Amino acid sequence: MARYLVRRLLQMIPVFVGATLLIFLMVNVMGDPVAGLCGERACDSATAAQLKREFGLDKPVWQQYATYMGNVFTGDFGTAFNGRPVTELMATAFPVTIRLTLVAIVFEIVIGITLGVVTGLRRGRPVDTAVLLATLVVISVPTFVTGLLLQLLLGVKWGWVRPSVSPLAPLDELILPGLVLASVSLAYVTRLTRTSIAENRRADYVRTAVAKGLPRRRVVVRHLLRNSLIPVVTFIGTDIGALMGGAIVTERIFNIHGVGYQLYQGILRQNTQTVVGFVTVLVLVFLVANLLVDLLYAVLDPRIRYA
Amino acid sequence: MPDPREPYEPERAVAGTGMGGGMDLAASEAATLEREPDRPDGAGPEDRPRSLWSDAWRDLRRNPVFLLSALVICFLVLIAVWPSLIAPGNPLTCDLARAQDGPSPGHPFGFDGQGCDVYTRTVHGARASVTVGVCATLGVALLGSVLGALAGFFGGGWDAVLSRVTDVFFAIPVVLGGLVLLSVVTSNTVWPVVGFIVLLGWPQIYRIARGSVITAKQHDYVQAARALGASDTRILLRHIAPNAVAPVIVVATIALGTYISLEATLSYLGVGLKPPSVSWGIEISAASPYVRNAPHALLWPAGALAVTVLAFIMLGDAVRDALDPKLR
Amino acid sequence: MLLEVRDLHVEFRTRDGAAHAVNGVTYAVDAGETLAVLGESGSGKSVTAQAVMGILDTPPGRVTGGEIRFRDQDLLTLKEEEHRRIRGAGMAMIFQDALSALNPVLTVGDQLGEMFRVHRGTSRKDSRAKAIELMDRVRIPAAAQRVGDYPHQFSGGMRQRIMIAMALALEPDLIIADEPTTALDVTVQAQVMDLLAELRREYDMGLILITHDLGVVADVADKIAVMYAGRIVETAPVHELFKRPAHPYTKGLLESIPRLDHKGRELYAIKGLPPSLQAIPPGCAFNPRCPMARDVCRTDVPPLYEVSGERGSACHFWRECLDG
Repeated sequence: MARYLVRRLLQMIPVFVGATLLIFLMVNVMGDPVAGLCGERACDSATAAQLKREFGLDKPVWQQYATYMGNVFTGDFGTAFNGRPVTELMATAFPVTIRLTLVAIVFEIVIGITLGVVTGLRRGRPVDTAVLLATLVVISVPTFVTGLLLQLLLGVKWGWVRPSVSPLAPLDELILPGLVLASVSLAYVTRLTRTSIAENRRADYVRTAVAKGLPRRRVVVRHLLRNSLIPVVTFIGTDIGALMGGAIVTERIFNIHGVGYQLYQGILRQNTQTVVGFVTVLVLVFLVANLLVDLLYAVLDPRIRYA
Repeated sequence: MPDPREPYEPERAVAGTGMGGGMDLAASEAATLEREPDRPDGAGPEDRPRSLWSDAWRDLRRNPVFLLSALVICFLVLIAVWPSLIAPGNPLTCDLARAQDGPSPGHPFGFDGQGCDVYTRTVHGARASVTVGVCATLGVALLGSVLGALAGFFGGGWDAVLSRVTDVFFAIPVVLGGLVLLSVVTSNTVWPVVGFIVLLGWPQIYRIARGSVITAKQHDYVQAARALGASDTRILLRHIAPNAVAPVIVVATIALGTYISLEATLSYLGVGLKPPSVSWGIEISAASPYVRNAPHALLWPAGALAVTVLAFIMLGDAVRDALDPKLR
Repeated sequence: MLLEVRDLHVEFRTRDGAAHAVNGVTYAVDAGETLAVLGESGSGKSVTAQAVMGILDTPPGRVTGGEIRFRDQDLLTLKEEEHRRIRGAGMAMIFQDALSALNPVLTVGDQLGEMFRVHRGTSRKDSRAKAIELMDRVRIPAAAQRVGDYPHQFSGGMRQRIMIAMALALEPDLIIADEPTTALDVTVQAQVMDLLAELRREYDMGLILITHDLGVVADVADKIAVMYAGRIVETAPVHELFKRPAHPYTKGLLESIPRLDHKGRELYAIKGLPPSLQAIPPGCAFNPRCPMARDVCRTDVPPLYEVSGERGSACHFWRECLDG
């Protein structure tokens, strides 16, 4: 197990370097890195040149990247578009997005798995067909449309929730945005669970469990579910990174001041350090989530653990 | 110790695209195809792909879901090529005086915030979406399957390098990547968006193609062909490609729908297509601030978008079911 | 009688119409008796057993007629909850492929102990002790150490022993073993079969042994039922059947066994293939393949004629067969 962990950690390094380098290059292509630093006006050329020297921007890109990463690992992510350290911006943005992601994950687990189990056990019945169709519709309607429509209906027309989230983003205001963020993944969790349950339902070990005279409930929960949920759990795990990165649309709709919102601001104001800093952390979250999922996978499936 | 990701790789891998379920859906469901063992009917290697496809076609012809989605797609392609067929008006002719007005005779969908006819703009918006979807899918499928097939077939160093490269692309959230890359583009055409989707989308097809080529390579008849002295090119084109192509087609069809959705999302965020281009994403984005007063300006293009994406996803779904003998 | 199956009919709904898997099977097993059910795949021998256990996949499967009496109770009219209590405790089943029949993510101790926990309400600790005891019973070495292992960590033979242990756990009156040794190496097959036979004697249970292997049958069975296309075509005490088969199908089976004293001669094979269950031929289902078939075989379904007190044959010309 330990050797496996070390190997996986080593594998993460090139991916981390590659992804951050790619973003670094993209951002450099994106535009003038000093543009956002002279306030609202454009910098005059002398100041710009001086700023470039100061930030080492006259050096080759790879050197800039190395310097930047060196700083990142000492906890210095540079200066954000508002003149404050990027880390300060992160400290306010990440808790909000993490809360939003958690709400989304809870929806995926509770609604997605429940629907998946119900439909998987009743494959071909009307419930199954209806839910399957609903998941296709949810997948087909882009998140921003779902978000706008739910905001219009629940927030504006019926007034059940606040249409936009207050700056502190308390948990209860994040329920609707969380559902919107989760929607596509939720439909996917449902389908994945359904397929998995339906496939395993005919498995020999389930028949054995029935032949042992176990009550139906025990057959389903202990034997069928335990096996069927392995791919679902791994999907939900990897989805954490994707949700945090994809929260940008949801956050824009509901005016949530989280990671996506700040990134969007960073891009609008062409502040490279904000963008690269945030994306670097997101990539890290993605990689760590993947690693945890792999370990979890080994815990859930003994065939992997002892192979 | 084998990589525990292996059996579930496709489901997991695409989770990092940030696109959410659509892409994942495609990949995971193709994975069932990939894992499919030989059909037990004992047909010879030359007959296999043909009988698989003709069986599938027989199934599809009787499948109402397939027929309906194919019909929708044909209609879409038709109006994308020739929008004036059903909407003779000019989408750029707008009358601010009628802004946000509801439906009236000759204007069944009403007017948007700029006083443009929503019906005309919705019909004309199909072209951008279909172009992006089709071109991006062709690019992704071509690049991904060629690289994937080569990596899967020859293995070794190239495979290792390319596979790590795909890991890198999967680690970057798609929408974020789009925001960063496309925010500097000033072009008014669909090509930057297409290029971006190809750039970030190919690893998905790469993995599918690589996986199915590796599976196909292990089949006995490929080993037999090799033992009989067939060349690499011949084995790859004649024996492996026909088997590996099915999952790629399924994933690509479903992906086409998600690319259309992605284009709309990017346009909504202001970095995809830009006015005066006409696209559903732009319409929805423009309509969202005044959605309380004129929901019709948002609902019609959103509905068109949803139906289009749904049609492609259901088409891919139906094709997958037809190609997957296990579900028979 | 411990178990009596009378005129059982089972069909499966498929896309191409109903498949008649079992068409009027009748057999009986007494306590302490071993019945071997012999037949090719698709002959309905496993489906009959699944119907007896109450583990048919429904849908697509459905019992369309007949009676299954276990200890004088008709299982088919029993409530599901009552039937469940009989499964595992009154009758148990051993499956062919232990690797897929055991749950891959639970330890063997869990899976064995579950029998006691569910049916007897035994505590977790006691169930574990019982599991170890059972593993000792089926001669798994170092049972106490291996009770926490997972199925894939055992060899094929050991896994099948665990299946047997699971079936024996609650000392049921009847065990149904569905091809219990087919998936095993030849050398291990004999060991597992001997163990099963020995334990059956020890507990004095009834055993239904489903197999297509005539060699296994000769060693352990008391009587035999040969199935073809969902019907019993011949039943007889084992030795009589081997000596003088009363049905051309049985005869064909016996002649297709390679024998040392026939070395050099061409091996006999029954010509043709078993019929599709959606389209069973009219008359005797075996008639297209039967060397003795006459016109009546193509029109009249033969009943199970009584050959002698203990023997039956579903052949219009069983006398000829018995003599020839």
